[in-house]
Amino acid sequence: MAAVTTISTWLVPCLIAFILLYGTIKKVPSYEAFVEGGKEGFSLAVSIMPFLVGMLAAVGVFRASGAMDALVHLLQPLLSAVGFPAQVVPLALLRPISGTGALGLMADLIRTYGADSFIGRLASVMQGSTDTTFYVVTVYFGAVGIHRIGDALKVGLLADLCGVICAVWIVTLVFG
Amino acid sequence: MINIIWVALFLIGMGYAAVNGTMDKVNKELFDSASAGIQICIGLISILIFWLGLMKIAEKSGLLEKLSNVFKPVMKWIFPEVPPDHPAMGYILSNTISNLFGLGNAATPMGIKAMEELKKLNGGRNTPSRSMITLLALNTSGLTLIPTTVIAIRMQNHASSPTDIVGPTLIATCCTTLAALVIDRYFYHRRKRKGRK
Repeated sequence: MAAVTTISTWLVPCLIAFILLYGTIKKVPSYEAFVEGGKEGFSLAVSIMPFLVGMLAAVGVFRASGAMDALVHLLQPLLSAVGFPAQVVPLALLRPISGTGALGLMADLIRTYGADSFIGRLASVMQGSTDTTFYVVTVYFGAVGIHRIGDALKVGLLADLCGVICAVWIVTLVFG
Repeated sequence: MINIIWVALFLIGMGYAAVNGTMDKVNKELFDSASAGIQICIGLISILIFWLGLMKIAEKSGLLEKLSNVFKPVMKWIFPEVPPDHPAMGYILSNTISNLFGLGNAATPMGIKAMEELKKLNGGRNTPSRSMITLLALNTSGLTLIPTTVIAIRMQNHASSPTDIVGPTLIATCCTTLAALVIDRYFYHRRKRKGRK
């Protein structure tokens, strides 16, 4: 664990130092280049705003109304029947939709069942092994003004499904 | 597709709230999440400025190009439509590498930058190209070596070994990424069969 923490803390500063050093050796006007790139960053952040506000509001309404819980309840018996642990069903469904929501659920599962329990470990792996599909689609396509998402969402969600199945399979294999 | 999902999320939520009397919660949440969206963007500003500024240095010094040379063979297979020396390749790589090391706040700016370049390659159209969907698939599958947030929460909850999930997570995330790439290929070929690109 100590090694992992050390690597994580050193990685970012080392990376920054390396880029700066390399730029200076190659005679790049570093500060000017930084400012130039930074300006793009600001306009990018502003351009994402409407996309993120729209998507978060929609997801928020869906969750706050209780429709999300209802969906979970509806699917729970079905998923339990195929051997999927019922306790992690809400997490699996929320993971692609809301990153912070899923993080909250995962923390809750770990608190309830214990970090070293099967459920706790399964929740950890599920949380760690995939990213929030809706957020990624919204931010990445929003920033460059892609309005038709094509197959992107379908691909992302199907991959999430595979991720959940993988997580259950591996955790059962390793810790089961 | 996105339009239908977006409207459906609202209408189903509101309809459900009307039947179950949770309209007050919906009201509150509606504007709470809207302002959460702005807060996320505000939080992103400093990160975007910092990393995009730094990446400009990397780009001008030729570091980005060097990096893409190293991983060219793999990337050529994953992104067959992107010319190997195009700047998009460098950004795609920085995005993937940042994700690998769990530098989520660095990955997002690089990913957006890569999307921008890919859009230029696609003639500036507002429909996603094949490569854009692939990049998105790569990002939604969340390929990461060390899931730092998860480890932190496990530590808080006194796990006997907070990092014991790193191995399984790595296997799971590799499976997910591989699945994402395969599914992405499948949809691409399906689009081609249907005669639209």
